[in-house]
Amino acid sequence: MDSARSDRAARPTEDALALKILVAGGFGVGKTTLVGSVSEIRPLRTEEQLSEAGQTVDDLGGVDQKTTTTVAMDFGRITIRSGLAVYLFGTPGQDRFWFLWDELATGALGAVVLADTRRLQDCFPAVDYFEHRSIPFLVAVNCFPGSRSYGAHEVSRALDLDKGTPVVLCDARDKDSGKEVLIRLVEYAGRMYTQRMLDGAEEESEVVG
Amino acid sequence: MTSQPPNTPPQGSHWYDAEAGPLVRPYAMTGGRTRPGPTSVRFDFIALIDVDEGALRHGEETALGPEHRSLIKLCRIETQSVAELAAETDLPVGVIRVLLGDLLELGYITVRRPVPPAQLPDEKILREVIDGLRAL
Repeated sequence: MDSARSDRAARPTEDALALKILVAGGFGVGKTTLVGSVSEIRPLRTEEQLSEAGQTVDDLGGVDQKTTTTVAMDFGRITIRSGLAVYLFGTPGQDRFWFLWDELATGALGAVVLADTRRLQDCFPAVDYFEHRSIPFLVAVNCFPGSRSYGAHEVSRALDLDKGTPVVLCDARDKDSGKEVLIRLVEYAGRMYTQRMLDGAEEESEVVG
Repeated sequence: MTSQPPNTPPQGSHWYDAEAGPLVRPYAMTGGRTRPGPTSVRFDFIALIDVDEGALRHGEETALGPEHRSLIKLCRIETQSVAELAAETDLPVGVIRVLLGDLLELGYITVRRPVPPAQLPDEKILREVIDGLRAL
């Protein structure tokens, strides 16, 4: 098993590659709609042990007797080519499923935080989460009909985003719009990772020098 | 979020119907085990699973349970992620992990863990992804 894995690692170009992008945001903000507009969406159930999570999550009211819980989330796949696929995961909205976020966020290329300008505060937890874990993310404002439109700059200021975090306006129902959100995220994630690599190389050479 | 059937069904009413899903407690399929066996691999949602055809010759899987067999069948069509196997078989990810642990111990499958993004800034691949998204 181990030898098989290292064999594969030795020839990475032949490997099938899976990338993970998270779609987060408050309840009813359009996460399902976005995942569904750009990919073949399927519901995914995960039954998880709650015992470990109980130590780190405060709000377990009503479920403290349970050791496992079933969480449903949205899951979509975009096939780029044979051997290269992007998987989208709509993160579960409720706070008590934070433990699942950790699992989902591990190894994620980046995240889309969907926001509704009528309830901007709903996406604060997601913004905080990704900022703290240094996971590249952008904020996509889902422009609901009838909601007053704000500029990207206004939203960025209201959310107190770190400089450089992209804010894009989108219509989660529209495939092209959803595609554009993902493209912007991948571009941004690419820049972030390149920057980090350069920073890392700089630090190393400083140590050497 | 799909609504879950209530924990305590109202007396005398048939809450269970086709939409309620399989009426077998999911971990019955794993013999009550909720964690994968001694290989102790934590299968990531996007870990990729392949059937090792060298280890498992066609027909040999008849000795396995139906859930194990359906996983093998899916992986024979094409490489599958853990999440896809769960969605496809309509089983929770936790159950899939146990079943895959069995298959891994038997040597019937190979698992490829996802590449950590720290090793990802392969610009060529990200460019491919962007072009692929544009072409959707």
